[in-house]
Amino acid sequence: MPSAILEIRDVSCALGGRPVLRHIDLNVEEGETVVLLGRSGSGKTTLLKTVNGLVPASAGEVRFEGRAATLWDPVRMRRRMGYVIQDAGLFPHWTVEANIGLVPRLEEWEPARVAARVELLLEAVGLAPAEFRHRYPRQLSGGERQRVGIARALGADPPLLLFDEPFASLDPITRFELQRQFVELRRTVRKTALFVTHDVREALMLATRIALLRDGALELVATPPEFRNAGTPEARAFLAGIEEDGRPK
Amino acid sequence: MNGSLAPEILSLSLQHLRLVGITIAIAVALALPAAVLLARRPAARRWVLGLANIAQTVPSLALFGFLLPLIGIGEHTAILALSLYALLPILRSTLTGILGVDPSVRESAMAMGMTPRQILWQVELPLAVPSIVAGLRIATVTTIGTATIAAFIGAGGLGVFLVRGIAMMDKQALLAGALPAAAMALLADEGLEWIERRLSPA
Repeated sequence: MPSAILEIRDVSCALGGRPVLRHIDLNVEEGETVVLLGRSGSGKTTLLKTVNGLVPASAGEVRFEGRAATLWDPVRMRRRMGYVIQDAGLFPHWTVEANIGLVPRLEEWEPARVAARVELLLEAVGLAPAEFRHRYPRQLSGGERQRVGIARALGADPPLLLFDEPFASLDPITRFELQRQFVELRRTVRKTALFVTHDVREALMLATRIALLRDGALELVATPPEFRNAGTPEARAFLAGIEEDGRPK
Repeated sequence: MNGSLAPEILSLSLQHLRLVGITIAIAVALALPAAVLLARRPAARRWVLGLANIAQTVPSLALFGFLLPLIGIGEHTAILALSLYALLPILRSTLTGILGVDPSVRESAMAMGMTPRQILWQVELPLAVPSIVAGLRIATVTTIGTATIAAFIGAGGLGVFLVRGIAMMDKQALLAGALPAAAMALLADEGLEWIERRLSPA
């Protein structure tokens, strides 16, 4: 059995007195893409943020690489977890190159090694290095910004990637392109990922396993084929949404 | 212009510049660290900005008057009072700049494993620079004007001409003080505006 990079054990979380997460148990094994699926307010983003410590869990334990998150230096731990959010959150005053090289620089890599890494990552996400490395985020389209965001998350080759609805604000065509590239990228770099989305098609396309959240609790953890046949209420609600306009892919 | 006034205009202008330069340097040295500290403390921020606002409403001539018995006549008193006035715009604009950083940018910085210090120096302050310069510009232009009043408490500068012009009803002396001060303010305004534009990241 492969070892779990990430173990979420009985994690609960309350924000401002309101329970947001209830007793979540979830493991992410090496090489998996676990998609956290749920509607707005289901707690999926909060769960992602308890993993890298942006939101503290009120109860339970998160373990990363076999060690309790509370024993990690948060800065060191986060540098081993790539992070991509919806609006990419690129640094507007830095070039693409500087953005992607952030974690390697923080880790004090040699400049030549950082430059080589940036070039490799730009190619991996489908952006020509010569054309893009010196651009600023404002000179990029939404899809290009997200690609740079993904390249930045891969910066120092972290063992775990966290995605918070990275493609949600893209137009459908660009979104599909990036989703395809995500699958492609995963085949080549074999990354482990925890991926938040409210889009069931995206979940079915990208996930090795889907973890379905409802009102802060896990309703179901299933592979995409299992999910398509799942009978739980929230799973059926999500599936109903795509059966109306065509077969699930 | 009267040839005999020229050397005096030059020396008083230099004195005026010195007064403004020292004042702005002190105000920046106090306002920047204060803004950095207050950016993370909303409760303290309200108090400090409130107090600074009240201080700002005291007329400058009155403030000079209050300070006179405490630290006496001369340049020190003027610089202290002028720094108090210059402080607020710089403090406020620096705070605006830091607090105005896109939350998603700050969130990624933290999530990528930057330390709070790295976030401050590499992300928040660089992104706040245009705003800081905007505050600096307001403070500088205001100080150039207000510094003319410092002559009333013996601090020198171009205000010396104004004091003399008013006392002796000498139009030429008034112009000798007012025109260089206005020119200086315009130049500072233009120059800092140019820098502000150059430094805008987006």
